[in-house]
Amino acid sequence: MEILFNIFIQPFIEMFTAPDLLIQVLWEGFVSGTLYALIALGFVLIFKASGVFNFAQGIMVVFGALSLVGLYSLGVPAYVALALCILIMFLLAATVERFVMRPLVNQEPIILFMATIGLTFFLIGFGEFVFGGEPKLMITEELGLPTGSYDIEAFGGLIILQQIDISAALIAGAMVAALAVFFNKTRIGRALRAVADDHQAAMSVGITLQQIWVIVWFAAGIVALATGIMWGARSDVSFALQIIALKALPVLILGGLTSIPGAIVGGLIIGLSEKMLEFYWGPMLGGSIESWVPYFVALIFLWFMPQGLFGERIIERV
Amino acid sequence: MFYRENGQFKTSYAADQAVFPILQDRIALAALLFVLFVVVPFTFSDFWLNSVLTPTLIFALAAIGLNLLTGYAGQLSLGTGGFMGCGAYACYKLTTIFPDVNIIILIFLSGIFAAAIGFIFGLPSLRIKGFYLAIATLASQFFLEWAFGRVAWLYNYNASGAIEVPTRTLFELPITGPTATSATRYLVVLAIVLVLTFVASNLVHGRIGRAWMAVRDMDIAAELIGIRLLRTKLLAFTISSYFCGVAGAMMVFLWLGAAEVESFDINHSFLILFMVIIGGLGSIIGCFMGAIFIWNLPILLRSTFGGLIDAATVEHISFMIVGALIIFFLIVEPHGLARLWQIAKEKLRLWPFPY
Repeated sequence: MEILFNIFIQPFIEMFTAPDLLIQVLWEGFVSGTLYALIALGFVLIFKASGVFNFAQGIMVVFGALSLVGLYSLGVPAYVALALCILIMFLLAATVERFVMRPLVNQEPIILFMATIGLTFFLIGFGEFVFGGEPKLMITEELGLPTGSYDIEAFGGLIILQQIDISAALIAGAMVAALAVFFNKTRIGRALRAVADDHQAAMSVGITLQQIWVIVWFAAGIVALATGIMWGARSDVSFALQIIALKALPVLILGGLTSIPGAIVGGLIIGLSEKMLEFYWGPMLGGSIESWVPYFVALIFLWFMPQGLFGERIIERV
Repeated sequence: MFYRENGQFKTSYAADQAVFPILQDRIALAALLFVLFVVVPFTFSDFWLNSVLTPTLIFALAAIGLNLLTGYAGQLSLGTGGFMGCGAYACYKLTTIFPDVNIIILIFLSGIFAAAIGFIFGLPSLRIKGFYLAIATLASQFFLEWAFGRVAWLYNYNASGAIEVPTRTLFELPITGPTATSATRYLVVLAIVLVLTFVASNLVHGRIGRAWMAVRDMDIAAELIGIRLLRTKLLAFTISSYFCGVAGAMMVFLWLGAAEVESFDINHSFLILFMVIIGGLGSIIGCFMGAIFIWNLPILLRSTFGGLIDAATVEHISFMIVGALIIFFLIVEPHGLARLWQIAKEKLRLWPFPY
């Protein structure tokens, strides 16, 4: 009886008696949800355009943030460093295309997936070799990002909204909008969708596969850089971020591997449910259930919709 | 020149179906086993036995487990580390509950617990396919990692949260715990790995293995020819987890001597996956090759460059080299070392003639 009470009644009583806490938890969930969505977006971009499940997205986030901090510490002004970082992401995209993707064209998906894990290992080693393994502080103020917080008194309590979180949410929204326009309205975007649909058909109408791949990896790199800045500003820049990036995987399967709106909705569902379950139901199980709860939420959704919420329905034929 | 099958006639169905049809292969295998069982334990140093041979064999067994699932049944799994942990913690609990039962029996039994967990986490595979399933297996990995750290009953409520291996004997000879010599532990590992490899080899060459391969190649077609997907996929998950569980139990009891949550983390799963891919999907001998390659490459790098530059840099460089080599191997031979081995044997049969 007591267990049932703890599961079904106690948390809701807590929610109603302390609405300020509830709102704070929901806000936390919303913010981490947008950040998961950003990482998931990077995955989706590459998966859509090349069918590659890019495991290296997480390390690209770390790599982008680290090169930004590293360049700044060398005395490069913040905005110049940002521009240089974008250039680095482009070089990374071109290198990956030339040395990993191009030789592996037409291989099975699992081989390409493994290649990106190999790439992850390479980038971990390379990043630690160049920048060192210790955590670094993100140059938040130098980039002109707000650092304060709004304290709102409401519902008999204090709700703290970090300004960096608000800007993270705004930037995520802007990025999604920009990508949506890019995919739907531009010439390159249309070519990307064509490649996503069918490689060979796209090539036969004169779309250069190599170019398209560089563009998607570059776009994913920029998304990674933005994620790295935002996430770095919330904690600090370290290789641990790469593990956090794994949290984007349940977001992906929840939203569907090929859907940009799916990444956003999935991110929000995972972020909110994760924080709610952790805060209200976590103590009962001994805490830190954040590490696996998102996967179970995603699994429950998948049980009913095996291609995710927005994934393309796969028609299988023998 | 010596590797010829001239004059070796197959006069029975059994000979035709043999796993090693060529006499020279059988001789080479017997010689290898003789060296591994008799020569190696008496001549190799503790470093070789402890840091090279024993872990390689254990990881090879885990790789066989994963290969049964991924290479033969076609279900990509990223939860190997968790299943190995299940075996290890189950074995630890069994040794505390039944202190008098022989440790070898307990190691074999502990795999059953891992198999049960694998069965449960294999259930989503009926609805979910491909990368969706791979991510779903991550659920098991993270859930199990959390459970190993949080459920105090699993590590007998001790303060450190780690599991320590007690001393257990076989024929009065200590084989686990701090007093066991590396040679005895190596021999026990070798024996268990060989027995299970034999089982795995028979599985994949028999009806079950053929059903798995049919599911891997096209599950709808497999269903149409009368293979029950539910049973086949769950059997693959269960047996694969059993192998991984035994490997995990051996890893803690016969190699590390103590373990905590970090011993079974996600990187571990990737390590095993690398071994399977580099060795060759759908090949038993490939698992051994992959394990030898992936496990010993960093050791080789460390011992080569160890004196020249500081340890941290060596670590970073070995990460880079492993990553680059994985990509290189995938580009050059996506079917792994096992395929290279096969090609080499084909060439050897004709050598020195071109055809």
